[in-house]
Amino acid sequence: MDHAATPAAAHHHAPPQGFLRQHVFSLDHKVIGKQYLDLALVAVCVGMVLSWLMRLHLAWPNLPIPGLEKLSPNGAANGVITPEYYLSLMTMHATIMVFFVLTSAPFAGFGNYFLPIQVGAEDMAFPRFNMMSFWTTCVAFLVLVSSFFVSDGPALSGWTAYAPLSAVGKDAGPGQGMGQTLWALSIAIFCVGQLFGSLNFIATTLDLRTKGMSLARMPMSTWAWFITSVIGLIAFAVLLPACILLLLDQRAGTSFFIPAGLVISDRLQPHSGGSPLLWQHLFWFFGHPEVYIAILPGFGIVSTILPVFARKPLLGPRALIGCMTAIAFLSYTVWGHHMFLSGMNPFSALLFSVPTLIITIPATIATLLWIGTIYGAKLRFTTPALFCLGFISVFVSGGLSGFFLAQPSIDTYLHATYFVVAHFHFVMAVAAMFGIFAGTYFWFPKMFGRMMNETLGKWHFWLTFIGVYCIFMPMHYLGLAGNVRRYSAFTDDYLKPLIPLHRFITIAALFTGAAQLIFLYNLIRSRFRGPTAPANPWEATTLEWSTTSPPPFDNFGGHPPVVSHGPNEYGVKGATGDYVMQAAPAPARLH
Amino acid sequence: MTTVASPPNVPPSVAPPRPVATRGPEPKPAETGVWVAIATISMSFAALTSAMVVRASAAPDWQHFRLPPILYLNTLVLLASSFTLAAARRRITAVSVRDGLPGLYVTLGLGLLFVTGQILAWRQLAAQGLFLATSPSSAFFYVFTALHGLHVLGGLAGLLYVLRRIRRVVPAPMTALGAATLYWHFMDVLWLYLLLILIIRV
Repeated sequence: MDHAATPAAAHHHAPPQGFLRQHVFSLDHKVIGKQYLDLALVAVCVGMVLSWLMRLHLAWPNLPIPGLEKLSPNGAANGVITPEYYLSLMTMHATIMVFFVLTSAPFAGFGNYFLPIQVGAEDMAFPRFNMMSFWTTCVAFLVLVSSFFVSDGPALSGWTAYAPLSAVGKDAGPGQGMGQTLWALSIAIFCVGQLFGSLNFIATTLDLRTKGMSLARMPMSTWAWFITSVIGLIAFAVLLPACILLLLDQRAGTSFFIPAGLVISDRLQPHSGGSPLLWQHLFWFFGHPEVYIAILPGFGIVSTILPVFARKPLLGPRALIGCMTAIAFLSYTVWGHHMFLSGMNPFSALLFSVPTLIITIPATIATLLWIGTIYGAKLRFTTPALFCLGFISVFVSGGLSGFFLAQPSIDTYLHATYFVVAHFHFVMAVAAMFGIFAGTYFWFPKMFGRMMNETLGKWHFWLTFIGVYCIFMPMHYLGLAGNVRRYSAFTDDYLKPLIPLHRFITIAALFTGAAQLIFLYNLIRSRFRGPTAPANPWEATTLEWSTTSPPPFDNFGGHPPVVSHGPNEYGVKGATGDYVMQAAPAPARLH
Repeated sequence: MTTVASPPNVPPSVAPPRPVATRGPEPKPAETGVWVAIATISMSFAALTSAMVVRASAAPDWQHFRLPPILYLNTLVLLASSFTLAAARRRITAVSVRDGLPGLYVTLGLGLLFVTGQILAWRQLAAQGLFLATSPSSAFFYVFTALHGLHVLGGLAGLLYVLRRIRRVVPAPMTALGAATLYWHFMDVLWLYLLLILIIRV
């Protein structure tokens, strides 16, 4: 099947034959979306196990972890994690989670599956690029994970890979040689994959909308994916050359980021004149927008799902689009707030602090719009609705600490402490995860034609919701008490009294992680044994619910829908029930 | 028949219902895609330019050197290829492509010649003892020319793909040809920009 070469047959596609073309090297956006989600599932399991190892070590530093010495004979001889290996685990946990989970699942995964259907297209604009995008990302993941198996282990300079220690090679520690090279290579490959993906999202949204699908009628989730892909297009375009320069510094002897006269491990580094701060600027110019790449799809998912279960139109959809656009724009003006302690000019710190405080305004407006949407509603408390409410809760909890950190004077004290760990885990990681969970419970019936188990879903929600607060809320107090982050053990006198709290967090993390097994069981069991899903189980309006569950190969069976309604027509008298679907015929007009 | 400037003289009672579709001209995803690609490639080179400016002022080890003269010849070759491509495109219509094919082949040839010329420029620099790691200025020279060269190779692959399709598919996919042409012209503009900052900085 050659999509591109047969434009004449554009309105009737038969699925390709053969296992490889159908399930592996598929051009179908739905298969690619599921592949991204599966990749994210594998990645999140790896990332979570890494966080368990770290938490166990923090609570009981001398506890041997059985089997770990087999994975890393140097990093964990007898199963006890060395400080260097702790940093490797931290680096890999963060890199895997940020890139391969928080970017892959809500943006590339759900976006790939649902953006074309929600705009009424039968596939992405460039199916071949789409396939390349996934397989490039997959290769990036394999390259990253392979660094566990090289002799010195993975990189240990964090997901931010600060130069010059990330650029000078082995002298900076085990894992800074081959491990760090694999890290930079993996992220460079990942950037290429995401650029292909973003390009596809933008062209599809702009050019492949079905008849009647004006921009104003696009669902919020489509808007969010579209805005996210614009952010990604600019952000990954900066990280890619930055990674190339880092690779050249490591392997080709250039001095982009390595200053002159640098002595590391008693060895004068043969480099001259580079600027370590340059790496931080390039990285955070990508890094801060990346935070919004992770969270904006969650905005879209929540804004799409909440009205379905509130049976009310979303409050202020245009204002919400405005908020997301404002956040996207402002996200490029705040990167310096990660660098208040970097030795940057204090005047520029002020310059970055002000837009950081301003960016809380659209974020606050969005939150108020969601709360306004559920105000006075007879909410249907299904699992996806619960996860949307959880999203709002953790987003607010994490966002509030952002007000403190945005101010250079306070950040100076808190920056290197667990306060920041609590902040970004709530506002970016947990919030985005709740968005992913909400999306999974909501769209699973459409993707697999079967319903997930609601009882298990509710257990999963409550255990996770309570669990994440038990893990991350205490970290605020640790941070205020001056508990430094990135340490592998707390042996200083002033830190010793905090160890019981660390043990509590570790136990909470193990329990919350175990609660995810409920989700995994529900996911796998429902895929094969769940009750058959109707076309529109949630009584939603957007186009994906107008087609069968799961949708046919070309999404609408050769009959592209004609859109006559916005996505928010809930609580109105429709042909059936209290809603009007986007593809419902336009009301008859009297002449 | 009155022109569009005056309001339509239609009684309101028979005005057609508001159309559901509000779309402009026929969308061309391939061209949109190339515009998006142009945006992202521009962003990458903007990032590299800012890196160069920062790096040049970070330390006193910036070494000025004379650009290999062959670069100017390469520039002419690349500009000429844009003209041959534009001429070829004018001769190609959806039903008749034969007149434009020689122009496309010449464009491909000139593109390859440009890439070869860039490699010769590297060899001239290397003969002067200027390698990637010799100084920050030579490092940026190699990075800029290599990344631009890769994008030119991508453009050549795109042209080859379009060439294959317009020879086989009737009616010829004019949008794909337009998109490839757009990208190729962008390679010109990008190279002129890079040459300019290399002249100023290196």
